[in-house]
Amino acid sequence: MSIDLGSRPRLAPGCRMEEKTHEPRTLLMPERALRLNGPSLEIVERCDGQHTVQQIITELQQRYSKAEPAKVQEDILGYLALLEKERALDFEPRNT
Amino acid sequence: MNEPRSNPLALIAELTHRCPLHCVYCSNPLELEARTTELSTEEWSRVFQEAAALGVLQADFTGGEPLTRPDILDLIRAARAARLYVNLITSGLPLDESRLEALVQAGLDHFQLSFQGAREEVANEISGTRAHAQKLRVLEWLKRHRIAVTLNFVMHRRNIEQLPEMLSLAESSSASRVEFANVQYYGWAFANRDALLPTREQLTHSIDFLKKAQERLAGKIKVEYIVPDYYARFPKPCMGGWARKLMLITPSGEALPCHAAKVIPGLAFENVKNRHLSEIWEVSDAFERFRGESWMQEPCKTCDRRALDFGGCRCQAFLLAADATATDPVCSLAPQRPKVDAILLTINSRVAQASASALTTTISGDATEPRRTDSSAGASVAAPTESKPAWRYRPNPS
Repeated sequence: MSIDLGSRPRLAPGCRMEEKTHEPRTLLMPERALRLNGPSLEIVERCDGQHTVQQIITELQQRYSKAEPAKVQEDILGYLALLEKERALDFEPRNT
Repeated sequence: MNEPRSNPLALIAELTHRCPLHCVYCSNPLELEARTTELSTEEWSRVFQEAAALGVLQADFTGGEPLTRPDILDLIRAARAARLYVNLITSGLPLDESRLEALVQAGLDHFQLSFQGAREEVANEISGTRAHAQKLRVLEWLKRHRIAVTLNFVMHRRNIEQLPEMLSLAESSSASRVEFANVQYYGWAFANRDALLPTREQLTHSIDFLKKAQERLAGKIKVEYIVPDYYARFPKPCMGGWARKLMLITPSGEALPCHAAKVIPGLAFENVKNRHLSEIWEVSDAFERFRGESWMQEPCKTCDRRALDFGGCRCQAFLLAADATATDPVCSLAPQRPKVDAILLTINSRVAQASASALTTTISGDATEPRRTDSSAGASVAAPTESKPAWRYRPNPS
């Protein structure tokens, strides 16, 4: 599985954030729940079907400007791959 | 108590014990609760509010068949209003496409459809009714709605060889998850155990087959496999530990730590009609009895695995060792393990004998049907050669 940087991830059917606004927030999904805080929350909040993977990376590289950009990218792609494996994400294809 | 009290994460809501199916491994107790004793819409709504306040995240609507409740849409709305995630665990009967649409509109999060097999004949035999064709229709309707779908195939000796066909069915559906859950032996399944337990050979083939499927389908379908714990080396962490993560409410409102807890003698259960859910979670005798580790005997008491499996299943300890505080007899370290080994030996040698005599019949030319040799999908095991067992079917409550 390799992730296309131009695709737009969004939460799959049956996956949604718990309806409250204070951290840690929880991603609810079939038979599972994931506690999210800090970077994991910032990634999932951007999986809205609007941001491309590249845009998520760029935004978080700016937000974490003290961290090595390549490391930020690696972490984000790793986390997206994990969510994909959990079937928590659908990837809208690159704009045609 | 050896650890700080956690809060339950999921509420298993047995909305009714009524069901159009009569499955021979039903997880309901042998003593079913009557319709007249079922909680009302308002009572369930209060339970959902109390559960959410206690920290519960998910409600699993099950039964019996939850769709037999005429107020199912109100119950979904009530659970969503309490900010719970709503799972529906259903046979797909009684349902038509407009009712499915209404379930989705009401806020259902996850639709879990159970299957008794991949082929009509065995599926209908197991459920004691004609349900399979309807399930195939439900699969088609589900493709047209944006909802998470899990298929749940309940596996045993009579259908485990249909595994490749079951997987194909899942791949042609809109499911993002598929569970192949071997029967575990409580209640009705315990009563029908000798006809349901797979052979060791069947089990080994199925594990190999599903490992490959898991790799091939990664990112497309999440494939889960649950083996029968009689064949395991260590017990399952039943319910995630007694009274640690889950709470079950029966149709009449009794609060149980697990589906089968009522088989254990001497446990006192509380009813949600009389007490707040958080109070029940904190002080109910049934919940307190096997919480933590103080009830444990050796070898559990000093075992390194006790924080992983919590000593296994209390109900199974009672059913197999006549002592609910014993180490789960399926554990290879349990003093009572020889009982489980004896059961497995009996089943495996009986099936082997049946196969051998069927083979003799085939060679001598008396067989009426050729043996099934199609192994193109990868899991080739000899087809069952036993005749239809004398099943104990689950009846419908009054």
